[in-house]
Amino acid sequence: VGFGIKNFAIIYYCIALSKGHACLGKLTARERILLLLDPDSFDEYDMFVEHRCTDFGMDSSKNKYPGDSVVTGRGRINGRLAYVFSQNTVGLYYLLAIIDNDFTVFGGSLSGAHAQKICKIMDQAAMVGAPVIGLNDSGGARIQEGVESLAGYADIFLRNVLCSGVVPQISLIMGPCAGGAVYSPALTDFTFMVKDTSYLFITGPDVVKSVTNEDVTQEQLGGAKTHTAVSGVAHRAFENDIDALLNLREFFNYLPLSNRDPAPVCECHDPSDRLVPELDTIVPAESTKAYDMLDIIHSIVDEREFFEIMPTYARNIVVGFARMNGRTVGIVGNQPKVASGCLDINSSVKGARFVRFCDAFNIPLITFVDVPGFLPGTAQEYGGIIRHGAKLLFAFAEATVPKITVITRKAYGGAYDVMSSKHLRGDANYAWPTAEVAVMGAKGAVQIIFRGKEADAEEEYVDKFANPFPAAMRGFVDDIIQPSTTRMRICHDLDVLAGKSQSSPWKKHANIPL
Amino acid sequence: MAYCNRSKRLNSLFLLQWETLCPRWCLITSHKLYSSVYDPNEKTFEKILIANRGEIACRVIKTCKKMGIKTVAIHSDVDANAVHVKMADESVCVGPAPTSKSYLNMDAIMEVIRKTRAQAVHPGYGFLSENKEFAKRLASEGVTFIGPDTHAIQAMGDKIESKLLAKNAKVNTIPGFDGVVKDADEAVTIAREIGYPVMIKASAGGGGKGMRIAWDDEETREGFRFSSQEAASSFGDDRLLIEKFIDNPRHIEIQVLADKHGNALWLNERECSIQRRNQKVVEEAPSTFLDPETRRAMGEQAVALAKAVKYSSAGTVEFLVDSSKNFYFLEMNTRLQVEHPVTECITGLDLVQEMIRVAKGYPLRHKQADIPINGWAVECRVYAEDPYKSFGLPSIGKLSQYQEPLHLPSVRVDSGIQQGSDISIYYDPMISKLITYGSNRAEALIRMEEALDNYVIRGVAHNISLLREVIIHPRFVQGDISTKFLPEVYPDGFKGHKLTDLERRELLATAASLYMAEQLRSQRFLGTPRIPIAKSKRSSWELSVRLGDGIYPVAVSKDGSSFSVEVDGMKLNVTSEWNLASPLLSVTIDGTQRTIQRISRNASGETSIQFLGTVYKLQILTKVAAELSKYMPEKAAEDTSSILRSPMPGTVVAVSVKPGDMVSEGQEICVIEAMKMQNSMIAAKTGKVKAVHCKAGDTVGEGDLLVELE
Repeated sequence: VGFGIKNFAIIYYCIALSKGHACLGKLTARERILLLLDPDSFDEYDMFVEHRCTDFGMDSSKNKYPGDSVVTGRGRINGRLAYVFSQNTVGLYYLLAIIDNDFTVFGGSLSGAHAQKICKIMDQAAMVGAPVIGLNDSGGARIQEGVESLAGYADIFLRNVLCSGVVPQISLIMGPCAGGAVYSPALTDFTFMVKDTSYLFITGPDVVKSVTNEDVTQEQLGGAKTHTAVSGVAHRAFENDIDALLNLREFFNYLPLSNRDPAPVCECHDPSDRLVPELDTIVPAESTKAYDMLDIIHSIVDEREFFEIMPTYARNIVVGFARMNGRTVGIVGNQPKVASGCLDINSSVKGARFVRFCDAFNIPLITFVDVPGFLPGTAQEYGGIIRHGAKLLFAFAEATVPKITVITRKAYGGAYDVMSSKHLRGDANYAWPTAEVAVMGAKGAVQIIFRGKEADAEEEYVDKFANPFPAAMRGFVDDIIQPSTTRMRICHDLDVLAGKSQSSPWKKHANIPL
Repeated sequence: MAYCNRSKRLNSLFLLQWETLCPRWCLITSHKLYSSVYDPNEKTFEKILIANRGEIACRVIKTCKKMGIKTVAIHSDVDANAVHVKMADESVCVGPAPTSKSYLNMDAIMEVIRKTRAQAVHPGYGFLSENKEFAKRLASEGVTFIGPDTHAIQAMGDKIESKLLAKNAKVNTIPGFDGVVKDADEAVTIAREIGYPVMIKASAGGGGKGMRIAWDDEETREGFRFSSQEAASSFGDDRLLIEKFIDNPRHIEIQVLADKHGNALWLNERECSIQRRNQKVVEEAPSTFLDPETRRAMGEQAVALAKAVKYSSAGTVEFLVDSSKNFYFLEMNTRLQVEHPVTECITGLDLVQEMIRVAKGYPLRHKQADIPINGWAVECRVYAEDPYKSFGLPSIGKLSQYQEPLHLPSVRVDSGIQQGSDISIYYDPMISKLITYGSNRAEALIRMEEALDNYVIRGVAHNISLLREVIIHPRFVQGDISTKFLPEVYPDGFKGHKLTDLERRELLATAASLYMAEQLRSQRFLGTPRIPIAKSKRSSWELSVRLGDGIYPVAVSKDGSSFSVEVDGMKLNVTSEWNLASPLLSVTIDGTQRTIQRISRNASGETSIQFLGTVYKLQILTKVAAELSKYMPEKAAEDTSSILRSPMPGTVVAVSVKPGDMVSEGQEICVIEAMKMQNSMIAAKTGKVKAVHCKAGDTVGEGDLLVELE
């Protein structure tokens, strides 16, 4: 009888699919894999695995489906190996909605078998040294399975942690992802979301209402906008499934396969010795006037291509991937256009996490500094700016990948130290002629030194410190460079530093101020 | 200004070889588009101040360098890094950005002249070039004004006086009557005397306001009634203007050059009929319309006028020419014209050099018979403006990429900007003048087409698409033009190039090939990876390209470095070097060479390509992705462009608009200061200000509503 139902299901597959597509605007698990991977490159694992639950009538054959609610396997992205799992709330399990009229029970929910399949590919990925990509679209734990489902989550969490820093892990949230399911993406290196169709939350709006009496929609609580602009949980959001998968393919090309591999080098048509004349005038003459750090980044990197991470969160710091002469680099830059580029809690945490990823995966770091300092105020102090700011300091200091720093304008106070300074083992630290390396801005400094008594003091301070010479004379910057030559200098340094080897004292692990 | 001192000191650290970075100036001369020989033994000024900015300042400095004259540039504070400042031997800031406080600030400029001991001033065009007060002040301090004498500036600056002078010098003027007309009968008499058609309007009304055209007596009576009513009610001034109406007029002007010894030459004509809102867009020399007799008649009248006002220096006499080659004096411009390069190209004279010589008191070196018409020159004014809005509304921004087509033969570019320059709201949005030269008009036009395709301008909107459409339009190519060309050819506004079926296929094939070249490159990694890369064995792909409302299936197969592309059942062969970093891409499509520009691309296959001058938006997906994309939800575009919120907490320093004001996209609306940093808030679209929710001095929080647009 069960077999008959399955045939019946196949007959209605197309109808169901088109309905699923039309009402949800989402693709099925297999369609997603088809778009993510190179054509004909997908090797599927565990297609015959079924769940083992016997309670609540789950053992009836009509409730069993080969493969359970997840598709796993390995494939290639632009020829390079990746392990993939793709959960599913539409597609196969949408059929159950048609047949059983109870879609929610099975909507991509995580059974023991489901978890086992994911664990298998994660183990292999770690062993082989290739990234894991999760296409998350799961209703949460399979309630019928009870603790077995919870165990499944924990098994995945453990592997997420063990793989962390060994192979890149990327989560693309393509549907609801609630409860225990959210912690796996949170443990991975990058979490991307699809606008309007994906949600991440610990508890949904109904539970929120019953516990805190807050009225909130799914979108407000855990939509793409919330997580990319407010919470900082997600790193980027894309328009729809196709946009997200195509962007993921492009993003994948920036990453090394594992911590054993160097940063990838792509064929590059942009000359490494290209001069960028506009940089000579990009920093405004008035030191209080803003400019866009992205203009500098775009003009220096290969072909103006910059894959920004967290573009809408803590916008006073810019982080992302680009290439220099074909080689992947991680770029960190203060953004003078937003809050003067100051460091605050969110920007420190955003920067620190990015720096640590690059360090873990052999991606050289290029830092553009224009920072007036840490943001003052009770909100920041109460929020723990000391602890959070220390994360960025910690991350830059422990990083042993090639580190190149360019001070474009302000490098004031403690923030100067933090932003990949020479003192934190910077390999090449440059200053543009417009750089001002000082303890603070002239006005404040003069008030402290002279208590405002000397009229010419400000000018004297500016002459003494608001320029790169004091730092250059002490060797804290290696050179004062013509801005237009920045790309050339960085490319040359990266060639030399490709052979860099640096180690830190033996330790079980460091204790970053979490 | 401690900061200024410091940055000067730092800049001097790097003896910046601007010529090596921007070899623009060397290239222009190497093209030999004008080649007045300079006699190094002829004594001239030691130092000249250029009271202008932008391309014309650079143009003047270039000739000064050739003549061994030192140059002083003046600039406003926002222009501190401008090209003309870098080119000049000395530069002095004369004030803040607004022109009234800097480039028109005579006191400051006079001070600079005294300080730098400049012996002469070249005013360029615009600004103080036709300001008799300025010329007088210079004269009183013994500084030479490189231009005509004050009385000529004054005489020609007055519309009525200049017309009177022209009439007396036997220059054809537009027959007309200006004064109180008693009744309709008198109007008819006047109209008959002038000859139909006539134009009737209130004298006090400016421009074409309230203008009526009458072709016969009946229409004259009607026109008289309306215009006299309007004159009385709107202006309280009874005077009427009845003038010969010039149907389909062409704007043709004569370049004159005169010295202080009574010699004057006419350097042939320039046709400047392609205009929008009375601003010239495309100019050429000579004109397709003039025969040698008309040319000589116009030239001789222009010279007669110049002599009548004792003109010296270079000047331009503008004429309107009707369809029967009758020409009528319009006005005389007592300065170097924007479009002077086309004259330089066909005559071989360096007008700036001649102006300097004349100002120094030398007689002209040429006789009228020495003035040739060699070949043909066309000039396009490249503007930072959106041609899709009333043939051009200014756009502002930073030139993120900028490359002039100077690698092509017989191309001259007069510009005063470079990559990274800001096109600001304070000054003229002209990016450059692009001039091409050929032995005949067809050659000049083909070179122009190529030059426009090879011109890279990114970061601001530009009018390349309009310029290119004009110069390939059959009417333009035939020389069938008038000042109404643009509104006649594009009655519903300019919409960009209209692709033919073949051109569309070419575009689709090029876009698909470019996409595949990019895809294939992203599979090429250097070095030896630990896990071998699985090489794709595919050599043919099925794509789907969306262009406008159409979705086209495209099959691409690779054949060496070229792609064979099947579109609409037609196979096209697309060959290129596929240098994906270059802003210009030369592709050969079935033997036709085209230069295209890929303006943008993203991972989702969206790309915009400048093809035949116009930028087309396309989306290229694999067939599979395209089929699945129909399941993707349609998104309603959220319009946040009409509200402006504070992006950060701060203090409002200035609000530049009030309710009811019109603002254009990119215009500054207010300035917010946060952490001692001034942030300029700009309009996200063009529109009318509906409400202003803040005032200077207010403290605002992040996300606070500042200004609403309608």
